[in-house]
Amino acid sequence: MNKPTPAAGAPAPLNRDIKTIVNAGLKRRHAAERHFRWYGLIAISLGLAFVVLMFANIIGKGYPAFWQTYIQVPIQFDAAVLDPDGKRDPQTLANADYAALVRAGMRQLFPNAQGRLELRALYGLVSSDAAHELHRRVLQTPALIGAEQELWLLASANVDTLVKGNIDRALDESERPIKDNQIEWVNKLQAAGKIEKQFNAILFSNGDSREPEQAGIRGALMGSFYTLLVTFLLSFPIGAATAVYLEEFAPKNRWTDLIEVNINNLAAVPSIVFGLLGLAVFINFFGLPRSAPLVGGLVLSLMTLPVIIIAGRAALTSVPPSIREAALGMGASKLQMVGHHVLPLAMPGMLTGSIIGMARALGESAPLLMIGMVAFIVDVPKSFMDPSTVLPVQIYLWSDLPERAFVERTSAAIMVLLAFMILMNGLAILLRKRFERRW
Amino acid sequence: MSTTAIETKVALDQALNLDTAPRKQSSVEVTDYNNRQTVGNITVDNPKMVCRGVNVYYGEKHAIKNVGLDIGANEVIAFIGPSGCGKSTFLRCLNRMNDTIPICRVTGQIRLDSDDIYDKSIDVVQLRARVGMVFQKPNPFPKSIYENVAYGPRIHGMVNDKAELDDLVRASLERAGLIKEVDKRMGEPGTSLSGGQQQRLCIARAIAVNPEVILMDEPCSALDPIATAKIEELIDELRENYTIIIVTHSMQQAARVSQRTAYFHLGDLIEVGDTDQIFTNPKHKLTEDYITGRFG
Ligand SMILES: Nc1ncnc2c1ncn2[C@@H]1O[C@H](COP(=O)(O)OP(=O)(O)OP(=O)(O)O)[C@@H](O)[C@H]1O
Ligand SMILES: [Mg+2]
Repeated sequence: MNKPTPAAGAPAPLNRDIKTIVNAGLKRRHAAERHFRWYGLIAISLGLAFVVLMFANIIGKGYPAFWQTYIQVPIQFDAAVLDPDGKRDPQTLANADYAALVRAGMRQLFPNAQGRLELRALYGLVSSDAAHELHRRVLQTPALIGAEQELWLLASANVDTLVKGNIDRALDESERPIKDNQIEWVNKLQAAGKIEKQFNAILFSNGDSREPEQAGIRGALMGSFYTLLVTFLLSFPIGAATAVYLEEFAPKNRWTDLIEVNINNLAAVPSIVFGLLGLAVFINFFGLPRSAPLVGGLVLSLMTLPVIIIAGRAALTSVPPSIREAALGMGASKLQMVGHHVLPLAMPGMLTGSIIGMARALGESAPLLMIGMVAFIVDVPKSFMDPSTVLPVQIYLWSDLPERAFVERTSAAIMVLLAFMILMNGLAILLRKRFERRW
Repeated sequence: MSTTAIETKVALDQALNLDTAPRKQSSVEVTDYNNRQTVGNITVDNPKMVCRGVNVYYGEKHAIKNVGLDIGANEVIAFIGPSGCGKSTFLRCLNRMNDTIPICRVTGQIRLDSDDIYDKSIDVVQLRARVGMVFQKPNPFPKSIYENVAYGPRIHGMVNDKAELDDLVRASLERAGLIKEVDKRMGEPGTSLSGGQQQRLCIARAIAVNPEVILMDEPCSALDPIATAKIEELIDELRENYTIIIVTHSMQQAARVSQRTAYFHLGDLIEVGDTDQIFTNPKHKLTEDYITGRFG
């Protein structure tokens, strides 16, 4: 298409026309552009590859945790065991020996099991939660007493791991957590269709537990929720107000410059430092309880504030000056100008920045370790003062445990955390798109 | 097309290059530059605004130098002059929009009727309600057409109820010659209008608070000839009720809409007089050079 270019490097006559000059350099320019595009592509593919690798790894490990093994056991709600005096007194029902019913059911499945050791192995097939499950059912429908029912009971973590194929049956008995006779029973149950995998609702309804099959992330989720609520309620109004004041009202002098530099520096302070600060100020000085979401929220607010302030100021400066002039020219006071025009226009940007800050706070664990939100907590927190932990800390705790069943739960918890992160970032993008204005 | 553009540019360059030369050889009465007198009569019989000894500094830069000028009631006065000579700066002194620029400092006296507008007792909110402004680039609020016009009356508490506000909004749009075009689309965003419509919306917004003076900074520079003609017509009509100060780069526009014209040059008010006289018989060499440079 182009005309042949003159030999490169030839001394250019001054009167060469612009077309020749441009043509001479065109090839090099195109090559540079092509190379640059290649570098970009390589960088992006590398990045994507790592993301895919990470997700594949986590999902691959974590997805079995969303399924849980159950064993069908015939249960006789023996009135003699549960309610000997027949008064249906809740106190009596609460103290009844439900575990005995489970044990009887297991013996009914495998009548050949003999001796203390063998029977213990047999009872070990079902989780200790099975007894609680029976209690719950009886409380719900007292009519069950005296009846017989085939129930799906939660299997123990070892059975679950075996059924999911994560225990090498070829290993010597002493090297695996499950005995030979237990494997035999599981095989028989499977052959009889009495073993089934169901959706693992426990993961989402229970707090932490020492027994993997009973451990859930509900406690950590609620802890995260309370903590983030405190963080948002504190850091968004304060951050937005600070941004508005600094950007619109503060005189531009050395003091405000100093404040600005400090805020920018605070945004870069390692989060654990905020944790230490929180420990010293909120717990040791103000005497707030350890492990409480309130304190966690306070600490995360400290960490999130600079992010929100910086994002808020950026959003405010992006409001065109012509809008401010228009408002002032109409005789609006400064506060009216900000309240009626600048703030509504900057709000989506401020919210976006805040949500990204909150997403960061959601994933934060280090500062919370400092204030004791790292304890083993079974109960699901019900208020801002209850001891609790948060999702990332729960992940950290589980990742330390040796049981195979906790490994998959760790990955499952990571998946839930990532899902919330993606949700929040998606919300930020949605807000930005939704309120994007042309002016 | 391109040749005329080049010609204009050359003419403009000539006009600007004359900056220093004519000052030396100027045969007009101006001899002492630092103690310059404005050519022509700066006073009028029936002044709305009176400016005396106005100086404006941007930090060290002296942008307006000792300007005195009367602005007559119900007149349209045009400010002309080469780019950067201080027209906008002076205009923005008149409703204290310069207050928003931290480095800007204004000295001298500017009176609106009998009030010194830089006096401590004067609130800018009140001043800007009395002296409205229309900007070079149409800048409607990113709200509905209705809300744009209703904004001023609302913040100043000019109306008691919704019906009154409706009437005021419609009347303002009517006076700005926009009502026919937007009657059915009051709820649409003001930014969805065309450039010329937006500028008329801004004028409607300004007159909705019933100001005494309207400042216009190159209100037509972003508009095509037809939209410009409409706005010029509008200015002519508005003159009955308002005092209008218009900054323009178009000599024809100044000649068409204004009764008096003031020529600024590097922060000095060089000459002021009846528009006819300025354009047919400028007394100062700089004015003549500027006008002929642009026309020639
Ligand atoms: N905010 C500001 N800060 C510093 N200097 C300014 C500022 N605004 C204007 N100036 C200076 O003041 C002088 C006058 O500017 P002004 O905007 O009043 O010119 P103008 O006559 O309106 O020009 P134009 O016709 O191009 O709009 C210019 O030299 C300009 O550089
Ligand atoms: Mg200007």
